[in-house]
Amino acid sequence: MNNPIKASRAKKVSLGDIYSKYGVMMILAVIFIVASFLSKNFLTQANLTNVLRQIVVITIIGFGGTFILISAQINIAYDALIAAIGCLSCITMVKTDNVFLAVVAGVVIGAFIGLVYGFLVTFFNIPAFIVGLAINTIARGAILMITGGRNVSKLGNFSIIGQGYIGPVPIPVIIMFVLLVICWIILNKTCFGRHVFAVGGNPGAAEASGINVKSVIRRVYVLDGVLTAVAAIIFMSRLASGQPSAGDGYAFDAITAAVVGGASISGGSGNVIGTIIGAAIVGVINNLMNLMNVNSYWQQIVKGIIILLAVIIDVQTKKATSKAKKD
Amino acid sequence: MGENKERYVLEMRDIVKLFPGVRALDGMNLQVSPGSVHVIAGENGAGKSTLMKIINGDYSAEEGQVVYNGKILGKRTIQETIQMGISMIHQELNPIRQMTVAENIYIGREPQSLKGFVNYKKMYADTQMLLDKLEMSFKAEEKLEMLSIAAFQQIEIAKAISRNASVIIMDEPTSAISDTEIEVLFKQITLLKKQGVAIIYITHKMDEIFRIADDITIIRDGKWISSGPIGEYDQDKVISLMVGRTITNIFPKIDVPIGDVVLEVKNLKQYGRFRDISFQVRKGEILGFSGLVGAGRSEVMRAVFGLAPYHDGEIYMNGKKVEIHSSQEAIANGIAMASEDRRAEGIIPGRSTRENITLANIRSFAGKGLINGKKEKKEVQRMIELLRIKVSSQEQLIKNLSGGNQQKVILAKWLLGKLDVLILDEPTRGIDVGSKSEIHSLMCELAKQGLAIIMISSEMPELLGMSDRIVVMREGTIRGELKRDEASQETIMKLAT
Repeated sequence: MNNPIKASRAKKVSLGDIYSKYGVMMILAVIFIVASFLSKNFLTQANLTNVLRQIVVITIIGFGGTFILISAQINIAYDALIAAIGCLSCITMVKTDNVFLAVVAGVVIGAFIGLVYGFLVTFFNIPAFIVGLAINTIARGAILMITGGRNVSKLGNFSIIGQGYIGPVPIPVIIMFVLLVICWIILNKTCFGRHVFAVGGNPGAAEASGINVKSVIRRVYVLDGVLTAVAAIIFMSRLASGQPSAGDGYAFDAITAAVVGGASISGGSGNVIGTIIGAAIVGVINNLMNLMNVNSYWQQIVKGIIILLAVIIDVQTKKATSKAKKD
Repeated sequence: MGENKERYVLEMRDIVKLFPGVRALDGMNLQVSPGSVHVIAGENGAGKSTLMKIINGDYSAEEGQVVYNGKILGKRTIQETIQMGISMIHQELNPIRQMTVAENIYIGREPQSLKGFVNYKKMYADTQMLLDKLEMSFKAEEKLEMLSIAAFQQIEIAKAISRNASVIIMDEPTSAISDTEIEVLFKQITLLKKQGVAIIYITHKMDEIFRIADDITIIRDGKWISSGPIGEYDQDKVISLMVGRTITNIFPKIDVPIGDVVLEVKNLKQYGRFRDISFQVRKGEILGFSGLVGAGRSEVMRAVFGLAPYHDGEIYMNGKKVEIHSSQEAIANGIAMASEDRRAEGIIPGRSTRENITLANIRSFAGKGLINGKKEKKEVQRMIELLRIKVSSQEQLIKNLSGGNQQKVILAKWLLGKLDVLILDEPTRGIDVGSKSEIHSLMCELAKQGLAIIMISSEMPELLGMSDRIVVMREGTIRGELKRDEASQETIMKLAT
């Protein structure tokens, strides 16, 4: 019986291959090195811990965004959802004086909103982009109305989530890494994860292979909602106040992190480790600009350029990979 | 009709067209007279579309000449060919639905009042005049999204006439329109003939050929076979000239014991697509499904597999009635299907061979929620060896495999799970000869093991060599069923057309 596996054939490795595996890490390493030269305060424990803490909220949203992008969906409602879910969680805290209940309330609301989002996309076939715009607007209006436009304060123990430490490590950072592991396992080691890649890579083939595409999409949105809720809770907890007008720009940052990390806008690829590295890249650059007292408006311009570059590189390496491999 | 004309409007003389490794056209001849309908008849793969692409400038021939109004045509673009007066109405139309009839007809060459400004008044007036002259029922201001496919075709004809076409090529024009609309089209064609337009009409529907043709050219396997006025032919002669070749040696179905009925379909119907579909498949049997493109074979199988709905009729598996409304339900009932279009429905291009093989059965590798990587790799390895899939490693991306190997991966995907019926839609289309025969021998092996196989195929040798029985469909119904010893190219074509 012939052995069809050509084990020792030299593999033609293209630039695209190398980039997709190691690219983001190399970029982060380079930026790290540059930063440590440009500012002597960069490589201190205090500063680095600060950077990590700064990227937590965006990274956790980014995890949800990674799942969403892989399944060829889009969620642009994160801005308002941070505020809405976060404040509702705070209100629960104020009313029940129970941190646990407040967290559960937030997570349940997040899951529910995800369910609604997924339902609108799969049942009514409304384009995800439009659903996102609608939910963003409705959620913002609703939470401003519920809170009367005022911050929710006197959160008591709720702030421990966002401000507490376990040893030298801030609790939010621990939560972020725990979620990283959980999301990585879901994406790479479960049937659901496989299905998410299949649905995003080729929904027609997924359905023809017995996968219930709509069900997978709905579950992705629910998962995304739960992750958004956790991020929202950490966000408000860190400020020790529920701010109904907060969240501006978080959707953009989270999606940037995911795309820089390797998620494709057209679906079918992405990974959570890349997302956290992507968030770190943006976070380090922001941190560096702060340390060097660069105008905050420049930071916005730089962020925009980063996502442009990330998408261009994404498209070009995909082209390079397919060219190199065409026998 | 041909003898009266002194000059042909369009001729092809000994055209040879080569592609790497294949002589797509080998000595093609054509002589079209003005004011006539010239039918080009041939099976799938005979070379009809290549021939048309040479005429309209898309391809250039390696040898031979295309002669238009007595002048030899050189290399030209499609645009230039249209401007010369040769227009083509493709099988796949591309209407701009949000625009009006006039806008579609004059797209790209809108009449201008001032440079850059469209003269809408002239455009609509000219269009309406044209529509009236051609006796078309819709108005110049109507938006295409309100009109039917048949209307789109009419609009393409109007477009061609507005470009002063003297030759119009129509590629399978009646494949997507109803009987009444076909009558309208034929009336249109008669009108065009009166105006001296020559029509090259590509079809393989026998009744149409004999209704509409003045002359006919029959081609087969890229070669010119026969030409002449339609009066010199009858249906049998045309069919036998279209198919007449010896069956090349392919892996014939070995005789295996045929068991009980596994799948039975009764009176299945889908509005507008098929009706009265009833058939059975038994264990160990390969049931061939034959018919022309558009006959409805894939539509029937997609309904049986749950990817498309059915509005009436019943499906029975092993004697028990089952409801199939999704691919998940089909699979749960032991039915699997490999779609016609590998790209669209067969593979997840960006993922590895391994993930594609386990795509339909990943749950069987996930005991307590997490996938057992070792078990998965072992099973995938087994499949790769069993089907002789050529990969450098399990992790090789499936999009980099050859067509034949991709098809094997798709088969492996289904063979990993429990199956009673396997539906294969054009299983060896676009696949090299080596992989083709490997897939055929695999099918025989599976039949021997008791699997029931339904094979949709448009390739005669494959159909005749592999099927125990052949069901022939035409225009949404089953026209007949042939046993292995009754089936021949002629008997099948007779039912299919």
